[in-house]
Amino acid sequence: MICLGIEGTAHSIGVGLIKDVNKTCKVLSNLIKTYQPKKGGIHPREAANHHAAYIADLIRDSVQKAKVDFGDIDLIAFSQGPGLGPCLRTAATAARALALTLQKPIMGVNHCVAHLEIGRGTVRGCTDPVLLYVSGANTQVIAFAEGKYRVFGETLDIGIGNCLDKFGRAIDLEFPCGPKIEALAKKGVHYLPLPYSIKGMDIAFSGLLTAAESYVSKGQSLEDVCYSIQETTFAMLTEVTERAMAHTEKQEVLLGGGVASNRRLREMVQIMATDRGAKFFVPSRDVCVDNGAMIAWLGFLMYQNGQRMNIDESVIDQRFRTDMVEVCWRG
Amino acid sequence: MVKKILYRGAEAEIFLSKYMGKTVVQKRRIKKVYRIGEIDEILIASRTKEEAKLIAESRTHGVSVPIIYDVDLARGIITMEYLAGKRVKDILNSLDETERKLICQKIGENIAHLHNNDIIHGDITTSNMIYLDNRIHFIDFGLGCKNGEMEAKGVDLHVLMEAFESTHSKYSHCFMYVFEGYKKQFHGDASAVMKKIDDIVRRGRYR
Repeated sequence: MICLGIEGTAHSIGVGLIKDVNKTCKVLSNLIKTYQPKKGGIHPREAANHHAAYIADLIRDSVQKAKVDFGDIDLIAFSQGPGLGPCLRTAATAARALALTLQKPIMGVNHCVAHLEIGRGTVRGCTDPVLLYVSGANTQVIAFAEGKYRVFGETLDIGIGNCLDKFGRAIDLEFPCGPKIEALAKKGVHYLPLPYSIKGMDIAFSGLLTAAESYVSKGQSLEDVCYSIQETTFAMLTEVTERAMAHTEKQEVLLGGGVASNRRLREMVQIMATDRGAKFFVPSRDVCVDNGAMIAWLGFLMYQNGQRMNIDESVIDQRFRTDMVEVCWRG
Repeated sequence: MVKKILYRGAEAEIFLSKYMGKTVVQKRRIKKVYRIGEIDEILIASRTKEEAKLIAESRTHGVSVPIIYDVDLARGIITMEYLAGKRVKDILNSLDETERKLICQKIGENIAHLHNNDIIHGDITTSNMIYLDNRIHFIDFGLGCKNGEMEAKGVDLHVLMEAFESTHSKYSHCFMYVFEGYKKQFHGDASAVMKKIDDIVRRGRYR
């Protein structure tokens, strides 16, 4: 079965085609266009305009790159939520238009669950992981328990990527700020104490953000502040992930989301996993960031296991929670 | 002597050991190599100290906790009483509804005793409660602190509510039994705490 997936929850619009081969996911093509604000953070309407401008080209190029015909596509999947309303609506509209034109079924999927499933689908040995999902808006520790994907820990205020971006904006870095902060942090040498805020398996970043900004205004070196932010926030993330692994007694950890590209975060989670005798996985970069292939793969899993969606049920849900998904494809 | 490891958590290892001829439990915080030393050393020493203080204080307020025998801050070790009971996590799902209700109410009453004295447990889950001699014993105050604010009490209960939803999802209504017990013993305005819990839930992503 060949499935085309459209991702459009935030700053990226992506179209990917996948095919199932022996219960694993073969990515045929996976193209992504990212909206880059000139100033400040994501403006939802402008991001949606950006997506609308590129979606048609992306669909055509993606199908071409996959070396299939439109008629070969069996299913259209799209990111139903969570995300920014205007962006979600643009992706969903494109998906509906495509499904109706091709007269193929449509399937809306949960973006967070897609991040986990693409790991299981594309990474060999990854079967029942605890996912540390770290992106701009989302920071969640997700694992399968009692028939559903459940959030064992999450941010109580802002996502880690958002935390990094907000700090970056305060020191005039361009969006996305994560990679620039990572580069600065490499040159940091002195650790400046920052609030380490863990509640059970949940975390909070806003106090840390304020403290970090005040270090900057007091004249501490940007390199040291960036280093301290990374060391503190990533230690918190790694600690809650380890807590979730201990709690659920799972032996695998998977990283997902844009911030998973950060080398220091990968290193910390990997050390933690090795220490516990657990396996550590990161999907390849193109399926780790927001992308259409992961949406296509989850759409396929749902369809394959009997789920169906009518066009009139394909309404987006900005607040689509991970634990609202009925997981029919896992026993 | 040979130490028997009882449990390896995310943060600490729990050993069975001997102390002055008695079988005891030792909780040793593990050095985490993923964190830089500056963060790790501060966390280990401060959490060990805070935990020992909170456990000792909880006891004076009538909450069942292990007796503390020794604290070694440099090595991050607390030596305490061995409670040979069962984790509430492991028994709750198999009890009948009346017993489950009773246990949950007792849990709530105990949390109220803690909160009446501004003790925040920090990680109230059913894995951190030992059922022994008809009593609920609270263990693992490793993320605890002293805090009199409603917000802290709300967050503390919210952790347990989440634990019910994830680990005992069939019995998530039992959190209401917990709250009944809490309300009975809490000296402040329990409905204000409940309102805080609702606030916290709504503050979460996508609520």
